Amino acid sequence: MKKIDVVIIGAGPVGLFAVHQLGIKGLKAVVIDNLDRAGGQCIELYPDKPIYDIPAVPECTGEELTKNLQEQIKPFSTEFFYNERVDEVKQDKDNWIVKTNNNNEFTAPNIIIAGGVGSFEPRKLLINDTERYEGKSLFYSVKDKDEFKNKKISIFGGGDSALDWALELSKFSKITLIHRRNEFRGAPHTLSEIKKLENEGKISIKTPCQLVSIEGDKNIESISIKFDDEKTEKIKTDTILSFFGLIMKLGPIAEWGLNMNKKTIEVNSENFETNKKGIFAVGDICSYPGKLKLILSGFHEVALASVECFKRARPNEKYRFEFTTSSKIIQDRLGKK
Amino acid sequence: MPKVIYNNNSGNTKTVEVNNGLSVMEGAIQNNIPGIDADCGGSMACATCHVYVEEKWFDKIPNAEEAEIDMIDMAIEPKKNSRLSCQIIMTEELDGLVVTTPEKQS
Repeated sequence: MKKIDVVIIGAGPVGLFAVHQLGIKGLKAVVIDNLDRAGGQCIELYPDKPIYDIPAVPECTGEELTKNLQEQIKPFSTEFFYNERVDEVKQDKDNWIVKTNNNNEFTAPNIIIAGGVGSFEPRKLLINDTERYEGKSLFYSVKDKDEFKNKKISIFGGGDSALDWALELSKFSKITLIHRRNEFRGAPHTLSEIKKLENEGKISIKTPCQLVSIEGDKNIESISIKFDDEKTEKIKTDTILSFFGLIMKLGPIAEWGLNMNKKTIEVNSENFETNKKGIFAVGDICSYPGKLKLILSGFHEVALASVECFKRARPNEKYRFEFTTSSKIIQDRLGKK
Repeated sequence: MPKVIYNNNSGNTKTVEVNNGLSVMEGAIQNNIPGIDADCGGSMACATCHVYVEEKWFDKIPNAEEAEIDMIDMAIEPKKNSRLSCQIIMTEELDGLVVTTPEKQS
């Protein structure tokens, strides 16, 4: 079990800036996120869309904002745990024990939940009883493409992931690409490659249609799809790949005994502590009178929460408010001479 | 003030007044309409405010832009009359608009 001053849940912009605000106060944090990289919604939902309301930054994309924040917190050499979701939070006197679904365990006096709208998870097929195939013959991502050799694969989706994997896996498997519209959304080059492979008979494209059922017992044997004109078709399939994007799920957070208001966690607006001492919620996931779901609000929230985190992590020290422009200690922590 | 009629697939109907200029999604959130969560707050990034628009109203709403159509691909059981309710802005002309939330959308 790792001892640390603060466990930050969520590596979005607010979680990243929390590292900074804690770091300049001399506190050590770890960051846990269910995605495979930092940035949260900024990276997952709108990496290329410009943001115009970050103070003193007239315009930047979600990707640039994330990169800059990562640069800003470099001096604190913080450990990040990606592809991990916090499943359990338990009290141990003045500390909290945090367990992830990857069996990592931390103990800390403070937890900062910067979880946005929850963790990102793949959007699953809505057909009943698909769980038994999941991870065996039904997949929502490709981890090891060697497992997809010499198969009959049906790929669902009309975006980049569906198209890219259709191209890649068509090198050694039979691919059927299925989409609810005739139009696919992808890079022009990818689209022309797909067209070429279709003409060569290497990829079969079925549009506009949707999945109706999956047939098979232990393994998938075929799928049935329905076209817009109500015609149906059975396609021999042993593997399904589904790319309907990610959804945000609150997940286990709802079970930690925190006061919730719909999908948000209630906090006070003095230090953004929840009803549990030492557990804070900041950014989109917190609610208090007048709350605005803006990145800049989240930055303010972590600044205040980090003061209370300091008091709990260093009960025998006095907290001193300092400016980065004049504090030698902060400049030292930032590696500036 | 124009009215919006929100149906859900279990047969419940709620009629609410939504100010001109507000979206059908905002009207739903302010009135606790089930099935419309609007996780992303109206930035066309999540499809949790997806609705089916009653046929006779569908053509009266300005067409969806590409980003919305892309997002509808990710919605729960999209149909031809699918829209994101955050992109439907209320006007007097839309008074009486009927939308239905998909059954499995929570």
